[in-house]
Amino acid sequence: MSEMTAEDFVALIAKAKADMDWRPLFDIIPYFSFLGLQLAPWGGGLTCVLPEDKKFIGNPTLPALHGGVVGAFLESTALVHLLATQEVTRLPKIINITVEYLRSGKPVETYAEAVVTKPGRRVANMRVEAWQGDRGKPIAAAHANFLVS
Amino acid sequence: MSTAFDINQIQNIIDHGVPHMAEIGVRVHDMNEDGVTFSMAYQERFAGNPVNGILHGGIITTLIDTAMGMSIYARLKQYMPIATLDFRIDYLKPATPGEDVFTWASCYKVTKQIAFVRGIAYHSDTNDPIANSVGTFMLKSSDSPPLNVAAKENGDEK
Repeated sequence: MSEMTAEDFVALIAKAKADMDWRPLFDIIPYFSFLGLQLAPWGGGLTCVLPEDKKFIGNPTLPALHGGVVGAFLESTALVHLLATQEVTRLPKIINITVEYLRSGKPVETYAEAVVTKPGRRVANMRVEAWQGDRGKPIAAAHANFLVS
Repeated sequence: MSTAFDINQIQNIIDHGVPHMAEIGVRVHDMNEDGVTFSMAYQERFAGNPVNGILHGGIITTLIDTAMGMSIYARLKQYMPIATLDFRIDYLKPATPGEDVFTWASCYKVTKQIAFVRGIAYHSDTNDPIANSVGTFMLKSSDSPPLNVAAKENGDEK
């Protein structure tokens, strides 16, 4: 792994928040790089983007995104939102996530936004929704709990 | 004569029919109507924490979701289009960096339209899992051809 320490990492999160530029953080988290995770330049700055990529296809005959990738994208979006909006002194840990699949995800660019439904002292409760062409027609929704302290 | 679920055939479907499973490198160990066992080698590119290299929850989710879907085929002894309706995953402990992750999933109930599944991710001891999950899938979710047909179209069927 990199030479990065936990302190470096928390400092990087603080800097990303201060600069309102999450690119350096996304670059340093290997799985975010694998997903090609980006932030949309609209929607208040915290809309995550999963780029179109054939490697995310789980059903080639429809075709459709792999359900696991959609779940992973929702989890990642929730984490980004948590880092950006809450005071964090360490990387929050996911406790659980429940994903509802609402529509088949086409292998195209996908968006997601999260909200903190309850910012607890120890646990944060989150809601996340992902969509493609039409914001009013989400392809998946999730609720998740993160341990924050 | 090959059985309905020959391990080589399943591996072929994964490697040629499902791009994302091929991408992450899912290995098939066992598949029968009681459940399926798959694994994935540790890969640094799937780490969620750059400090310690612990895998991101999303890759564990993907592995379990994949095994859950395949456990339905194993239970039904046939391929048909299925779609994940919902699943919940509890992350019980971090995956150990450098170690292979195994997943076991079982379809414990099917109705005309719905399959109920459960699954875990673990390193070596199923009694000490990394994650526990339950899910529900829709059966015959579309008119598209099933996975084994897609694998054949993409070549290399043995």
